[in-house]
This record gives sequence, C-alpha cells and structure tokens, in this order.
Amino acid sequence: MSLLDIQNLTIRIHDKAVVEDVSLSVAPGEILAITGESGSGKSMTAFATMQLLPHGASLSGTIRLEGEDLTALPETALCARRGQAMGMVFQEPMTALNPVHTIGRQVAETIRLHTDATPAEARRQAIETLERVGLPPDRFPPERYPHELSGGQRQRVVIAMAIALRPKLLIADEPTTALDVTTQAQILKLLVRLTRADGMGMVLITHDLAVVAEHADRIAVMQHGKVVETDRTETLLRQMQHPYTRMLFEASTHQVDLPEIPRAEPLLVAENLTRSYLLPRRRLFEERARFTAVKDVSFSILKGERLGLVGESGCGKSTLTRALLGLEPLQEGRITLAGEEVRTDGRAMRDARRRLQVVFQDPFGSFNPRHRVSRLITEPLHLLDVQPTSEERASAVAEALKAVGLRPEDADRFIHEFSGGQRQRIAIARALILKPDLIIFDEAVSALDVSVRAQILDLLAALCRSHGLTYLFISHDLTVVRSVTDRVMVMRAGQIVEQGETEEVFTDPQHEYTKMLLQAAPRLPQRAELKGGPDAG
Amino acid sequence: MSRPLILGALLSAGFIMMALLSLVWTPYDHTLLDIPNKLQPPGGAHLLGTDHLGRDILSMVMIGARTSIAVALVALAVGLTFGVPLGLAAAARKGSWLDEVIMRGNDIIFAFPLLVMAILITAVFGPSAVNAIIAFGLFNIPVFARVTRGAALPLWEREFIMAARVAGKGASRISVEHILPNVLNLLIVQGTIQFALGIQVEAALSFVGLGVQPPTPSLGRMLADAQTLVTLAPHLAIVPGVAIILIVLGLNLLGDGLRDTLDPRLRRRPA
Amino acid sequence: MQRYVLKRFGSLILSLFVASLVIFTVIEIAPGDPASFMLGINAQPETLAALRAELGLDQSKLQRYIAWVGGMLTGDFGTSYTYRTPVSEMVADRIGVSIPLALYALTLSITIAIPAGVYAAARRGTAPDLAVLGATQMGVAIPNFWFAMMLVLVFAIQWRVFPAGGFPGWGNGFAAGLKALTLPAIALALPQAAILTRVMRSALLDVLGEDYMRTARAKGLTARQTLWRHGLRNAMIPVLTIVGLQFSFLFAGTIIIEQVFYLPGLGRLIFQSISARDLIVVESVVMLVVFGVILINFIVDLAYAAVDPRLRDRT
Repeated sequence: MSLLDIQNLTIRIHDKAVVEDVSLSVAPGEILAITGESGSGKSMTAFATMQLLPHGASLSGTIRLEGEDLTALPETALCARRGQAMGMVFQEPMTALNPVHTIGRQVAETIRLHTDATPAEARRQAIETLERVGLPPDRFPPERYPHELSGGQRQRVVIAMAIALRPKLLIADEPTTALDVTTQAQILKLLVRLTRADGMGMVLITHDLAVVAEHADRIAVMQHGKVVETDRTETLLRQMQHPYTRMLFEASTHQVDLPEIPRAEPLLVAENLTRSYLLPRRRLFEERARFTAVKDVSFSILKGERLGLVGESGCGKSTLTRALLGLEPLQEGRITLAGEEVRTDGRAMRDARRRLQVVFQDPFGSFNPRHRVSRLITEPLHLLDVQPTSEERASAVAEALKAVGLRPEDADRFIHEFSGGQRQRIAIARALILKPDLIIFDEAVSALDVSVRAQILDLLAALCRSHGLTYLFISHDLTVVRSVTDRVMVMRAGQIVEQGETEEVFTDPQHEYTKMLLQAAPRLPQRAELKGGPDAG
Repeated sequence: MSRPLILGALLSAGFIMMALLSLVWTPYDHTLLDIPNKLQPPGGAHLLGTDHLGRDILSMVMIGARTSIAVALVALAVGLTFGVPLGLAAAARKGSWLDEVIMRGNDIIFAFPLLVMAILITAVFGPSAVNAIIAFGLFNIPVFARVTRGAALPLWEREFIMAARVAGKGASRISVEHILPNVLNLLIVQGTIQFALGIQVEAALSFVGLGVQPPTPSLGRMLADAQTLVTLAPHLAIVPGVAIILIVLGLNLLGDGLRDTLDPRLRRRPA
Repeated sequence: MQRYVLKRFGSLILSLFVASLVIFTVIEIAPGDPASFMLGINAQPETLAALRAELGLDQSKLQRYIAWVGGMLTGDFGTSYTYRTPVSEMVADRIGVSIPLALYALTLSITIAIPAGVYAAARRGTAPDLAVLGATQMGVAIPNFWFAMMLVLVFAIQWRVFPAGGFPGWGNGFAAGLKALTLPAIALALPQAAILTRVMRSALLDVLGEDYMRTARAKGLTARQTLWRHGLRNAMIPVLTIVGLQFSFLFAGTIIIEQVFYLPGLGRLIFQSISARDLIVVESVVMLVVFGVILINFIVDLAYAAVDPRLRDRT
C-alpha cells in the first residue's frame, strides 16, 4: 500500500480551478518530485496534502495518508497529524522561522506538542535533531536566534522541526530555490539522506528539472493544474511522452547560437577595482572594521564580446555591478570605456552613462508602475545633449520594441498589463534605446520560468547578430552563463578567482572553488546519455 | 468603492459644504443676542436651539465648523509644505548628516506633546487661532516627514530607481519624478487623518482657551461655554460635540476607504 | 545589547539638552519683564533692580540657562514669581494627581485594547470584527474632553455614582482618590483604547500573513495556538510604539481633562501660571512634561530590545 495516495484532487480558489483532477501516490522511502513552471499548481497540491490551503480555497477528491482520508478529518485530528505524521519544509528559510524565539525552542515545540516529553527531555531531543541535520550544539547552540544563522543553516532548522518526530511523509516545497548552489547541494543531500534513513516518503516540489533528475525516484510533471506526465525518473527522462515535458527539458538545457566575436579592440577595461565599507562598531570605542566587498578586481571586455560573471550571494558581484554603473564610488582602481575614463565618484558622467546600460533581475520592480511603456523606455534619452523631437522619440520607441519582439502599439500600455517575460523584453528595450556600447545583465533571467528564459536568451543571441551587442552577463546560474557567454569570470569573496574561455573553464576548471561550484550544480543528463530514447529534434 | 468610503466622503463633503454655505448664509445672525429666547431646546424656530445668550446654535455650528476646518486645513498645508520635502530629502540622502539632522529634529519636535507646544507658544505670544495653527502645523511637519521618508526609503532600493539613476537623473529629479508620485497615496491617506486630528486639536485648544478667541465661534469654544450650563441645557454640549464627532468620523472613514482603494498591494494584479 | 542601551541613552541625553535649549529660548523671547509685572507699574526703580537681582534676571542669558538646568538637576525648579514659593513644592503637590491619572488611563486603555484587538483579528471579516471596528471608528472620533462632560452628566449628575469633580487627596484613602480619578481616566482612556485596538488588530493581521505562522501550523499547532504563541509577541513591536506615544498623549491630555473635573494637577498649574504670566513655572513644568515623554520613549526603546532579539545586535 502506498504511503500517500491522492485521488482526483481538484482545488478551486474563488471558483477558479488551480489544480484539476490530480492523482499521485508516494511509497514509503520513495522520493516523488512534482515539477512544472509557476502557476502549474504544484505548491497548491503540497498545501492541500498538509490541509493548509489559503482562505477561499476549496477542494474535492481524496488525500489518503496511510489509508486515512485527510480531507474527511476534523481540524483537531489534522493538527495531531501535522508535525507528527507529516512534516513540511518551505521555500523561504529567511522568513520561515519565528524571529523572536530561539531555534532550540522552535524545534522543541514540535516535540512537546505531540508527545508528553518534559521541557528538559524535549530540549535534549531538539538538540539531537539539530545535530542530525548538521547543526551540532557546540557550534550552533540551541539558544541561537534565527537571525544569527545563514540561509542554509536556517533551512536546516526548518528541516529539524519537520523531521523531529520522524514523520512518515515529508513535503519539501522548493526547499533550495532561495539558496546558493553549494548550499543547495548540501541541503538536498541531507533531505535524501533523512528520507532513506527513516524510510520516509518525500514529495519534493521544484521547478528545477536538474534537481529532479538527480534525486527523485519518480517524477510528476504539472502544467496548468494538471499532471501531464508521471513515471519513474529514468523512464520519464528517456521517453518524454508529453510535448510539454519535452519543451521543459529542452528549455532547461537551452543552448543559444551566438555569432562570432568580431575581431576588435578592448571596449571596457577595469583595473584594480577595490570597494570597501566601514562596518559598525561592535563595542564602544573599538576601531571600526572594514569589509572589502570588491578586492583588486581587473578585467576587460572586447567589443562584441559576451562576458559572464558567476559567484554565490555575497561574493561582491552586485557591488561590482553598481561600481561599473557609477552608482557606487570606488576606493581604488579605474575603469575606462572605449579609452575614456569612467568616473566612479558618484557624479553623473553623461558620456559614460550613454554608452552603458543595464537590465535588472526583477521584472516587477524595475519599472515605475505609474508610467506608460513609452515613457519608461525613453527614460535614458534624458542623457542626450539634444533632446529628440516627439516624432524621433516615437520612432525610437517603435524600433526598440520591435527589436525585442513586441509591437509598437505596446508603447501606450502600462507595465502591469505585461507578463514577466514581456517585462524583461521591455527592460531590454530600455537598455537598447540609446544604442549603448555595453549592456550589463544583472541576474536578468533569474526570476523567469525556464520556457520564458529560453526565449529571452534567444532574443539576446538575435540582438548580438542584429545589433552587435556587447554584454556583461551576471548570474548565479551556471547553465545559463555557459550558454550565452564567450568568456567567464568566477568571483568569490570580492576577488576574481578564475577567468577564461567559457567552455574551457567549464570543462577544465583550474581553481578549487570553480571545481566545487561545478560539482555542486545539479546537472540534467544530456539526451544522448539517456540510451534508447527517441531521436527528437 | 466601499461603503465606508462613500459614507466618509458624504459626511466630509456635507460639513465642508455647510461651512462654505455659512460664508453667504446662516439661518440667523450668530452675533444677534436674544436673551428672552435663551436656552431654547432644539426644534421650533431654532432647529438646534439657542445658547445662554439666545444665539442660534445651528448658525454657530455652521460658522464654528468653518473655523475648525480652516484651522485644520492651514495646519495641514504647513505640515505638507515643510514635511514632505524634508522627508524626500532625508530618504534621498539616507544615512548622511542631512538625514541625521532632519530625523533628530523630528525627534525633538515629537518630544513636545502637541498641547505642550501650544502652551509654550501661547505663553509667549498669547492665545489666538493663528498660534493654534502654528502649533499644530509644527506638529504636522515631523509627521509628514516621517511618513514620506518611511515610504520613500524602500522605493530607493527598487530597481526602477536604479534604472533612473543609470539614466543619469539626479536625486532631486528622481524624488519629484519617481518617488513623490509613488508616495502620494500614502500622503493623501495621512492627510485625511491629520485633517481629522486638526479638527479635534482646534476643539481642544479652543476649549481650554488657547485657540480661537471670542467673538469668533468655534466648536471648541461652544463646548467651553457649555461646560457650566451642561446640567441646565445638555444640548449646548451635545450639538457641537456631535458635530465634531461626525466631521472626524467622516474624514477617518474617508481616509480608511482611500487607503483600501489606493493601496497597490490590495489592487488586483493581472497574472 | 550594551551598545544598544548606551546609544539609546546617549540619544535621551541629547534630546533633553536640545529640548531644554528650545524651552529656555522660547521663554526668553516672551515679551515683558517678570519683575515689573510682579511689582506693577508704580514700582520704584531701586525695588525693581533689587527684585531683578533676587530673581537672577540681571545675569547673562548663558548664566541663567546654566543656573536653570543646574537647578532642575538638583531638584530646585526656581521660585514662582507670583506665589513666591519654590516651584518644586507646587509641582510635587500636583504631580501626585497627574501621573496617577495618566497611568490609570494607560492601564485602562491597554486592558481594553489588547484583548479587543486580538479578538477582532482572530475573527477577521466576521460580524464581531466589524462591530469592534465600527466601535473603534466612533471611539477615535470622540474628543476626550467632550466625552468627559457626557460622563459627568450621566454618572455624576444623573446617577450620582461618581463625583463630578475635585480631588480629595491621597491622604483621605486610596479608594477615594481612585474613585475621583475614575471618570477622568475613562474619558482619557476611551479614545486611546480605540486607537490601540486598531493597531493591535492590524499588527496581528500583518503577522498572520508571515511565513513563520504557516511553519507553526505545519508543526501541528492549532490556529489559536499559533496566534498566541507565535503571533502575539511579534505583533507587540508596533503596539509598543503606540503605547509609548499614548503615554505622552495621555500625560498631555490630563492637562485638558483636569479642567473638566477641576482636578488640582499639573494642567491647572500651567493654566494658572499662564494667566498670571508666571513664566518660571510654565518653563519648569513644560520641561518636566517633556522629560517624562523622552523618558517614556527611552523605556519603549528598551522594551523593543526585550521583545525583538534582532534589535539587541543592531546599532
């Protein structure tokens, strides 16, 4: 008998079906991955299993845990099951813990709630559980508060709370999406280890196909609230019956076709850039310490070249980006763009700004919600010495919109009328309107679904051909960087530890850190590696 | 449009219209003393009765509401004119000495309870409506500076502001072009709250003799006059009190309703 | 933690210093010479000069400021121009009415508002919640001094259960004193309780949307347990801010309410002094009230750190 058995599950939110007729099952000790793009209903399915749907949601169908239908249980019985028979791990470790309680207390709460352990006994068990998830008491005393831990450590605390009573079923909703690639690898390893050791069933919800392929026993692919395909992992990856599965897989490993770099002179040269901040005093009268965010960084970009910059959070890539854009002063070093020095003392250097534009990560936050598209994308025209006439503006807008695959009529619409992918196209149009020499893409595809991401990457390649684009592509996603850059730099703790031709760095990394990063990154098997598959184009 | 919003708008508009009407017409001349007809209860020839000097209470409430609204509005304008630019400047230069000076200055003003501020000003310059306005206007400045700065700070971290900076726009231009329109909703809501508070403050100050001076009628002064007569003629206290409550209630409902309508987090977002 | 406390304390001292400068300057620019005001227009120049010397008015502004601040620090608030008695004595009598009244009102406000706010938040959108919200809208709109008059009308004149005004003094028993302060405290507390209820409700509703509340539910806590164990303490952070602000409102509010109930508190002292142009009393009492407000803000800052561990490490 399966541990979890979901039959014909339909969830409606205010009469709109978000999950339709889903049937899934998980056996003890098995890892079922549910994957799909945003809005596919995968998280809703998880919350329905915990019976923690948001207000206004109603469901039909059955969800059986060890034969018992959870949908028929009263709330008190459900509270007894949650934390005891089934645990859950959430996406955002930074906010999943109560900031005003110690971690020991939060783990012990699960234990005291479901057993009659004394406070001392619960505390002892909590310490044991924290040790099990890799937080030994000598280094992470249970008196710590969540804000004293990193994201990965907090996620371990959340896991400890979920598995403290060795539940039969663990639901992990995008447990590593908010984490760095090396932390992600450790957390996934921990989850798999716990599942196997306790014979627990796990539902792993993730949008990342590579994570799915590496860890799941079985996969369910969801689209628009329906399961379109489900099978054992190897079988599914080999056969891919459904076109949506094939599309997802292809988009995840999408390779773009970049044109050759025209042989040319260096465009941007950065020499010995250093940026440090004074830290606040920890004690009175203490000398204030300095934190060096960017340390002696030198590199250059050739005209027409596509350069990548990878590194984990806190490595200094954001500070470097801001320094290049002249938004942040440097302590040392100089930047020259096409032979002219870019001043970084915070003054508006109109000439340099005109040649340098940027596309940010967040497709929701990069636009003033009150302005129309035409006004949004013409904002950089402010840098021109002679302001264009309204006809010139209109034609520039139309041209930029066409270049990014939108219609000129879109100029009169507001930003909230567009999807995430369309907004990133508009952001690119804004960057293009001055025909700059260099565009910085700062995590520009990180917030997008894989299928949309593939389209934006194709757009970049097309713009390289049509506009001779030069760009600096900053990302934490190694697969994407590998696909769209000619050369790559690896950054760690404020320094560039390795740089070289992208393919060379990826196939033969020299620095230990690069090797570790590549090792940690989950990888999708190439289609050729899956023997016996049909030769789909 | 929610029901509280409509109710609030109607109440506020009603009183403002009544106050404006009093400029050209009142049922009786409010300066006219009519001792034989003093302390008339509501109803009859005088709709809301007469006071201890036989003056028509409805006429006095109309003019009193006008005085209260005018005092509150001018004080509101003072707060907006100084507070909003200060808040914008502090947010644009977060952590700088300018920000520090503005915020510390705010703290100092906040340390003076409104009434204490009014007492100080009155002690020096003597009681008057203008001094009540100055006191409440001063009090409004840090309120608006804080609200503006608080709302502007997270905006400065947003990517569309970075985009504007990359487009070479300076801090003051960004503040006017991008920040101000995006904090306007909040200022409108806070404005109605401070407006309502202003009505109450004017009443309180005039009640203790620190605000509007005779012969100008104000709702607070009517209550002060009623204090000794309240056992004889309760309507002297009830009528102006209810008027204050209704104006304040209307403005507060309007503010709440506007917040719910204007809050972008509550607005429907297309998928 | 230590650093946080020191920094807050430093800001307390700075605020007190600036406030004392402001008050001193404002009183200085007030027109009129207290000495000639006291002696009347027919005073002899010699007597006037002697009085000016006695009051210290012949010294430089700086000397007078230092003398005033030094006096305040040692409990010497100067001598009243009109009564010729030490201000500290006059204040000591009055403060025994004003501070108990403010604390009484604050206690009432908190004991009404916190349960009402939690009650409404836990039933968001239902009829009881809307009833609480409607009542708070009314409560916020009612001026406290008007409410005081209505209370007198009903409870003192119609039903005669509470005195209409006056204060018997704490010497005549705690119960009698408390009884005399009950109507004033209710009048002060009700509008503040309405505000605090709204803040409590919305702070809890904000917290209810936090991820850690969902985590707590996934552990097996019931909705109610989650609210009390994880919601309340986090919601206290904004509530504390308002409680701090309310104390200063209430403290200042006593000044007006004392007028309605003829209570011999600081408020009446201030108004008497203003009409007598006894500026030394106004100056010292205002400084005392401001000191109280700044001190309360300091205590609220410390309370923040007790509630929120994140603040203890921040600067």
